[in-house]
Amino acid sequence: MNKFKKFVQLVGLFFLFALPFLYLLFFYFQPLFATFEMAFQATVIEKISTSWNLIKRPIYFTFWQASLSTILTGIIGFPAAFMLAKFRFWGKSFLRLLITIPFIMPTVVVAAGFNALLGSKGWINLLLQSLFSLDHAPLQIMNTLGAILLAHVFYNSTVFIRVVSGAWSQLDPKLDYAAQSLGSPPWKVWLQITLPLLKPAIFSAIILVFLFNFTSFAVILLLGGPKFSTIEVEIYVQALQLFNLPLAGLLSAIQLLFTLVLSILNMRLTHIKTVQLTPRNPDVIVQPVRGWKQHLFVISMNALLIGLFVLPLLALLFRSVILIETKLVSQEITNYYRFSLIYYQELFLNRRQSLFYVPPVAAILNSLYFGFITVGIALLLGFLAARIISIRNFLGKILDPVLMLPLGTSAVTLGLGFVLVFNKPPLEVNTFPLLIPVAHSLVAIPFVVRILQPALLSFPKELIFASQTMGASSWRSFWRIEFPIISRAFISAALFAFTISMGEFGATTFLARPEYPTIPIAIYRYLSQPGGLNYGQAMAMSTILMIICTLSIYSIEKLKTPVINEF
Amino acid sequence: MQNQLTVKNLFKKYENKPLLAGVSFTVKEGETICLLGRSGSGKSTILRIIAGIEQPESGEVFWNQQNMKDIPVHQRNFGFMFQDYALFPHMNVFENVAFGLRMQNLPAETIREKVDAILRKVKMEQFSHRNVQDLSGGEQQRVALARAFAPEPKLMMLDEPLGALDRTLKEQLMDEIRFILHESNIPAIYVTHDQEEAFTIADRLVLLHDGQVVQDAPPEEIYLYPHSSWVAEFLGLSNLMVGKILSVEPLWVETPLGNLKIERQKVNRLQTGDSVTVLLRPDSLMIDDKEINVFPVKIKDQIYLGDQWKVKMMIGQYDFIFYTSAALKSTNFQHVSLNPKKINIFLDAK
Amino acid sequence: MKFLKPIIIFSCLTIILVACSSGGNQSKTSSEKQSHVLTVMTHDSFAVSENLITKFESENNAKIKFILSGDAGTALNRAILTKNSPQADIFFGLDNTFLSRALSEGIFEPYQSPIIPDLTPSLLLDQSYRALPVDYGDVCINYDKLFFEKNKLRIPSSFNDLPLPEYKGLLVVENPATSSPGLAFLMATIGEFGEDGYLDYWKSLSENGLVVVNDWETAYYTNFSGSSGRGAQPMVVSYGSSPPAEVIFAETELLDAPTASITAPNMCFRQIEFVGILKGTKERELAEKFIDFMLDIPFQEDVPLQMFVFPANKNASLPVQFEKYAQIPAQPALLNPELISQNREKWIQDWTVIVLR
Repeated sequence: MNKFKKFVQLVGLFFLFALPFLYLLFFYFQPLFATFEMAFQATVIEKISTSWNLIKRPIYFTFWQASLSTILTGIIGFPAAFMLAKFRFWGKSFLRLLITIPFIMPTVVVAAGFNALLGSKGWINLLLQSLFSLDHAPLQIMNTLGAILLAHVFYNSTVFIRVVSGAWSQLDPKLDYAAQSLGSPPWKVWLQITLPLLKPAIFSAIILVFLFNFTSFAVILLLGGPKFSTIEVEIYVQALQLFNLPLAGLLSAIQLLFTLVLSILNMRLTHIKTVQLTPRNPDVIVQPVRGWKQHLFVISMNALLIGLFVLPLLALLFRSVILIETKLVSQEITNYYRFSLIYYQELFLNRRQSLFYVPPVAAILNSLYFGFITVGIALLLGFLAARIISIRNFLGKILDPVLMLPLGTSAVTLGLGFVLVFNKPPLEVNTFPLLIPVAHSLVAIPFVVRILQPALLSFPKELIFASQTMGASSWRSFWRIEFPIISRAFISAALFAFTISMGEFGATTFLARPEYPTIPIAIYRYLSQPGGLNYGQAMAMSTILMIICTLSIYSIEKLKTPVINEF
Repeated sequence: MQNQLTVKNLFKKYENKPLLAGVSFTVKEGETICLLGRSGSGKSTILRIIAGIEQPESGEVFWNQQNMKDIPVHQRNFGFMFQDYALFPHMNVFENVAFGLRMQNLPAETIREKVDAILRKVKMEQFSHRNVQDLSGGEQQRVALARAFAPEPKLMMLDEPLGALDRTLKEQLMDEIRFILHESNIPAIYVTHDQEEAFTIADRLVLLHDGQVVQDAPPEEIYLYPHSSWVAEFLGLSNLMVGKILSVEPLWVETPLGNLKIERQKVNRLQTGDSVTVLLRPDSLMIDDKEINVFPVKIKDQIYLGDQWKVKMMIGQYDFIFYTSAALKSTNFQHVSLNPKKINIFLDAK
Repeated sequence: MKFLKPIIIFSCLTIILVACSSGGNQSKTSSEKQSHVLTVMTHDSFAVSENLITKFESENNAKIKFILSGDAGTALNRAILTKNSPQADIFFGLDNTFLSRALSEGIFEPYQSPIIPDLTPSLLLDQSYRALPVDYGDVCINYDKLFFEKNKLRIPSSFNDLPLPEYKGLLVVENPATSSPGLAFLMATIGEFGEDGYLDYWKSLSENGLVVVNDWETAYYTNFSGSSGRGAQPMVVSYGSSPPAEVIFAETELLDAPTASITAPNMCFRQIEFVGILKGTKERELAEKFIDFMLDIPFQEDVPLQMFVFPANKNASLPVQFEKYAQIPAQPALLNPELISQNREKWIQDWTVIVLR
């Protein structure tokens, strides 16, 4: 009986650990190969030589803008991460939440928000114009490389900040004090202690952000404009507008190759031993702001972050409750502003009895529904994968870079692949709505792994041993000891998975079904028609999206654990 | 002129409740004092203030005559050994210990010599190139000790260094720490809540309670002459009861047991009628009958401890615990005599 | 301790949900074996009144399922990719710029609907009736009336006006590589200037402060001054149906449309939308009925207010606002679909070199 039980346990364990591999094979590699098969029906070599001239510009530019964006994100993200990890100040958790919201907003509305702020008739230009009595807008940032970089920083800073500040707040402040008591001035403590210990997290964050910038699509398309083309944009144009699948496939393969290189690089770089965690009172880590230098830092950092992240979102909110009427008054075009909730009211009406009318509540529920399923899948598989990787054997070394591949795969490639492969019941794209969370989870899982992995790796072995000598089985030891400590990591990972799902738009286009509209799709429908009510409803829907996400993230973060109090 | 650290009148609040309410003491060269008190009594905070990691709301720290207020942590040259070792996880044993020496910009050869020497002293010379995360608790402890001592600090502070270790390891390391501290001859402050550790290591105990120093004296003195009932209780002297002074010379105190004659006090602020707390010392039981302080007792239990007997008894309505060299005759009622030289009085009435 | 349990439970629930929902779907289709299911693949901008579909479903004892698949190009791509195992019975949303491509891929089965005689003849580009016209829209330059009035500008009356200095920096167009109206406008210029002359024309536009963006949403809502975006350019390449839409979707009652189209000869490009029965369909009979339904008056009269295009059926009447504010060009530009199919890529590339580099 005992042997049988053990056998069942082993089989169960084997299946559990094989799960991430099987999942990837089925839901990622299968569609990928289907797309490539379609694409490479002409000879590959011939294609490369003829197409090189066409594609070398997008390839160079992709790297160029991704690198610049990542550097800028790091420059802003690093001090922000420092501030959030080290200091306690009024409005801190709200600020952290606000920084996450951009990630979720569809680029279509972000473009509108940016334009409201930075466009040639935007608030900032108007302000500058009136301040300095200029006759035309001094800031021409839309449709330039600047707009692309700004948007990338806007979107991806939260990734960098969360990864780095998460690791930072796990750093034992006693290490700092120890170093200082041994004669090390603060700047040397940074160099010798803090930075080396943060290196794995920083590298991880940089590579993740780079991958996002690398595969960025809507930002390049909408905020950069036609002068800019990246690999992802080219794939879209070639595949879907010009029906040139072989070239699209080639570009996709190149993109994938670079992603593989980057993820192997990431694995190598984060091989450095990580910090030992001991359960500690977070009050020890977080300190109140003291002294004018610290106050200046915190205040200016807050101002910068609010200016960067909150203002464009506020612009959207503003536009959703303000009605503008333009009249020609004595030869001057004057705008009249009036507060109005008409756009929100209109959202709930289906004036034209359209079949595809998206009731806001349904859209919200669908988005949330998909979001939570994505979280469930991503947490489960991500945890298993993180476990496998932390064992550091041959399997782990393969799984680690392979997991990152979906991050660097074009949404077009993946979407087309899904359509090609999943066309028979029950896993039919047309009838199986859960393919959407599956697609989302492919992007979310590497994040979950990245966030859980350091927590799992750096778990002090003594604590597990102690529990084992007391006779607890390994399962129970996990529940009672390992889990509360890494539960914060779990919450952080759940958050990521949730935000990724809410904000994913590319692959969802292929897989969406009209019976399960999500908020981004609804927004896009409104913006594809002219008319004030349509525009306003898109703004209103975006604001609703912002509020829903804020509330969801807030409630996820509020899950408190006995050991760890507040982030 | 000897080197000394002076702590004057430290005040500090924690979450709006007072933590330190006027703490003062000194430590001299060659002295090891122990800050002893319950968990949360602010002992670690005092160390951190001395180190410069935290700032008091008021009060000062002096090294000799110099006020440490504006001197940053890294310039104080006060050694600190942390509770959970705080070893640098990305460095090996050698690099950890060498850290302080590197900060002094010493040449590499000198550093190597000094590190090897101190590792030998803590018996860790075999582990020089091991990664600190692979070490056991006791081994990490020694490395932390070596690291703190290596740069030859002016003062050494140890914050519950033996807290996480098991009994045998504790005892072993306690001896080693005591040896190293005395050998180095620098002033040292040792923080613990464990009374036994304190008694083993310290030349002088500084007892903390309610944010203040309630007694500052060598262990023996504190044990024989605790200043208050709190100190007595903390030290495990539990035979306490209330009393009222009947007369001062000779000293007679009225207690629930009866009237006690007391012959030991240096306390000269007593007045007739004062309410006091009376402590019957554990060795105040006199078996061979004397005529003084005789009371009927009921013996509840006698436990043989090898070198003495632990006797639980009732005198009147109260339970007491005494230690004697021989068992008492185990008839139900006996009379015992309490040695008037082994009874303490405290001016705080419970 | 508190959280992994709920997460594991949640994930198990997910898996159960997964199994159930697919099972559920199968049971649904099996219970509807009496009625047939017609699958219509189309693009994201498709819209129709709910009651029309319900009526069709009940009259034909059928259920219609729609697959909305991205923009027109994306949707067509999908249909072509899956032509060997078609995922739908009907494809709607093919426009004349893609027509030739779709026909050459052979994704349709011909159907000679009885309503064909009622359709405007110039729209019947496929004489083999594989793709039938359902609606058309004209891609025209829209202009902001207030701006032109304030600055006392003359409304351009031909292509040759646009490169004039008084219109410097006032026009925003979309990238033909990424936008359907952008491509349409490009082809209008090819129609006007011919393949030898259009590039020079674009050069002159480019030198006159032409603004190019990637998609219609950006052009209309970010750059155009006559929309809610209050942008910088008072002229945008949009649709002839955009001005009526501005009236219909205005927050308050408007007395007049705030924008209008430039409908001078050859300046608008006619985009025709086609529908076709996908080859390999198992619901041929029902598909034919649906095509008839789409070409018939009720649907055709529904089309303007749902999709903001014009009905192909010449007997269908237009809604009031359309009558009032839509300007239908007398001479729209039309290019041979074969020509488009062959040269599309080349035109776009040549254009890109001249305008964007």
